[in-house]
Amino acid sequence: MQRRQFLGLLGATAATAVLGKAAQAGPKHFTGYPDSFGVLFDATRCIGCRRCEAGCNRVNHLPAPPRPFDDLSVLDTRRRTDARTFTVVNRYPTARGPVYRKNQCQHCLEPACASSCFVAAYAKTPQGAVIWDEKVCVGCRYCMIACPFDIPTFEYANPWSPKIMKCHLCHPHLTAGKLRVPGCVGACPTEALVYGRRADLIREARQRFHLFPGRYLDHIYGEHEMGGTNWLYISGVPFSQIGLREDLGVTPAPEFTSGALAAVPIIAAAWPALLLGIYAISQAKDKAARQEKREALTEALARAQAKCEAELAKVKAKAEADKKAAIEREVKKALEEAAKAQAAKEEGE
Amino acid sequence: MSGEHAPSTPVAADKASLLTPFNIVTGLIVFVGLILTLLRFTKGLAGVTNLSDNNPWGIWISFDLLCGVALAAGGYTTSAACYVFGLKRYHSAVRPAILTAFLGYALVVFALHYDVGRPWRLPYPIFYSPGPTSVLFEVGLCVFLYLNVLFLEWTPSALEWLGLKKWRNVMVKMTLALTIFGVVLSTMHQSSLGALFLIAPSKLHPLWYSSYLPVFFFISSIAAGLSMVIFEGTLSHRYLHDKMDEHYLSAHDQVHLGFGRGAAVVLVIYFFLKLVGLALDNTWHYLLTGYGAMYSLELLGFVALPALLYAVGVREKNLKIIRWAAVLTVLGIVLNRFNVSWFAFNWQLPAAERYFPSWMEVAVSIYIVTVGLLLFRFIATRMPIFHEHPDFKEAEPEEEPHAHETRPHPQSFGH
Amino acid sequence: MEFFTYHDFTMYTKGAAYVLMAVTLLGILGFWLFLTERDEDKLIK
Ligand code: SF4
Ligand code: SF4
Repeated sequence: MQRRQFLGLLGATAATAVLGKAAQAGPKHFTGYPDSFGVLFDATRCIGCRRCEAGCNRVNHLPAPPRPFDDLSVLDTRRRTDARTFTVVNRYPTARGPVYRKNQCQHCLEPACASSCFVAAYAKTPQGAVIWDEKVCVGCRYCMIACPFDIPTFEYANPWSPKIMKCHLCHPHLTAGKLRVPGCVGACPTEALVYGRRADLIREARQRFHLFPGRYLDHIYGEHEMGGTNWLYISGVPFSQIGLREDLGVTPAPEFTSGALAAVPIIAAAWPALLLGIYAISQAKDKAARQEKREALTEALARAQAKCEAELAKVKAKAEADKKAAIEREVKKALEEAAKAQAAKEEGE
Repeated sequence: MSGEHAPSTPVAADKASLLTPFNIVTGLIVFVGLILTLLRFTKGLAGVTNLSDNNPWGIWISFDLLCGVALAAGGYTTSAACYVFGLKRYHSAVRPAILTAFLGYALVVFALHYDVGRPWRLPYPIFYSPGPTSVLFEVGLCVFLYLNVLFLEWTPSALEWLGLKKWRNVMVKMTLALTIFGVVLSTMHQSSLGALFLIAPSKLHPLWYSSYLPVFFFISSIAAGLSMVIFEGTLSHRYLHDKMDEHYLSAHDQVHLGFGRGAAVVLVIYFFLKLVGLALDNTWHYLLTGYGAMYSLELLGFVALPALLYAVGVREKNLKIIRWAAVLTVLGIVLNRFNVSWFAFNWQLPAAERYFPSWMEVAVSIYIVTVGLLLFRFIATRMPIFHEHPDFKEAEPEEEPHAHETRPHPQSFGH
Repeated sequence: MEFFTYHDFTMYTKGAAYVLMAVTLLGILGFWLFLTERDEDKLIK
């Protein structure tokens, strides 16, 4: 899919959702573009002449290397792709003597680089190549982190418009009709490189296994590695001895991250609901606490008042009683006095 | 942290002499930083960094991005504690935490301008050519949105400072929505920073590679956020004491006790999940290798130990222990991010091809931290960060939250 | 629509997921406002 299709597809999403025709849902197995092309590299045929490197350099107008391509002493050190070299051949000492292997982008069926790029600068073309678009690249270099084969390189010395540099399987030249096979393949003198439909190449490799017993290990590197690649290798020595990692597994790179990405919408949907719930609870608790406090206060007040009133009433009653008693006492006293006076008077008569 | 030796009264220093040790050191750092900036944009990344095709990410990612974002997690943890979980007594910690987070994220984005090849294209993933299959897209989108959220969360301080009361009240009303949105975004990108490395199982050492990576990054970011609040609070307390009001100072110790308790719990959860990670991938046997020693150091020395220290500190109400635990946790987070993105990344490469930063890369990182420190000091000495603006007191979690808004205001404003 | 690679498939589905996520967030906010509109003490004012 081309980068720019994405936004257009979003429109289609709505339509699909409405029609209920969930496109390709479920445990679908993707097998890649059916008629894509690739290259088969035969390590038993490679002689380490570096002509492929020269061919690549020529067709892509890359800068001339510090040492010319016919200087084979560069094979003494192990090299990797860099910003001026899309492909390198390395020599590996093995039990079967020196074995040479060409390295370049494997053009994965499920490219890690494309999956990791946050501006979708990469595209897997139906023809098989994994190509990169300069017009949108930000230069974050996450694709270099992601590529399990350490292929993409970066123009670190370019201050303003550094590019990601990597093999594009001559896609622009082939589609423009300038070349019929990739530059490296055309330059190879021993047919260690064969360009063709990936399905045909796999058949061809098996045929060689069959025709030359004992010459090859029964394994096509790239048939399943990292979900499969358009570049395929066959060899007489274990692939780990010629610099190809055998511990990569067969899981396509996008699957490593799709689970984590799938969890993201869960957060978007569940978190706000959860947090609002927690907020509501804490709010209600606060309110309840305040309410309780207020109620307790009024109750206490009422109780205090009641107590106060009772006290007052008691005091009042007592005062009343006292007063009454005092009056009675006074009356009694007065009466007694009066009686006494009466008696005294009577005695005096 | 380069400029911890600040004079105690920065404002007085402005008036007295500009040649304080603090000003000299920071001035020098900024000067070197500017020169390196020039170098970066004339000679390219090759002119200042040790980055290579095998090691495309260096400390500008390991430290500036991964540690920067993790250590700015105090913003969402504190505002969530205060506004969502209703722990109002942490209110005084919210503003410093939001300010730190805002500056932290702003600096992360600033630092990315040095690291990426064409910085002016940084808006591309969001506005021009989205790549939704990428974890980095998720990170970029969330960091962008969260930076805006943090800015909005911070505006009340600036608006109070400027005396724009009406706008300030509008912003305050959005607090809850912003807080929740902030937590959502933080959860997403904190975890996604870990998920960045999910795509490279063949390059990250099995002890650190785990499908739990996003969970680890998220949970540890909570511990980092809480610890950073304690750590910064301690530093600010020392150097910006005169800017703090009674309310801040009296709540200070309470906040640290509460956050210490929270961090202890989070660290214990994190510790056990890390073990589950080992169990799920059955990578125990690596513990006996050199990388295993590093892993054990990280897990025992910088997760288990601070968890224990926090617990002891909280039980004994000993703030000194809590502060040490905070320092250990912060260092542990830095170590973890370094391990995932640097020490244990590309472990399959021969030693000669491994990455080690150039002094210039380190200097640029120091320069960026210094700029952050200066901005923080500038803002915290002027705006109501560590104190409440006299006109905008939030004294009580009152029943009538808008009571003070209708109160006639003695000053007259421009609007 | 037919997809030949898992990468293209995810490009499409994850894009849709992001759009739905934005809709979800706004939707939840709206729904919450609708839900609490008649409450005496509103949570979001
Ligand atoms: S080899 Fe690397 S650069 Fe080439 S397609 Fe695969 S992941 Fe991309
Ligand atoms: S460096 Fe360019 S191509 Fe590579 S992931 Fe970043 S934006 Fe995409």
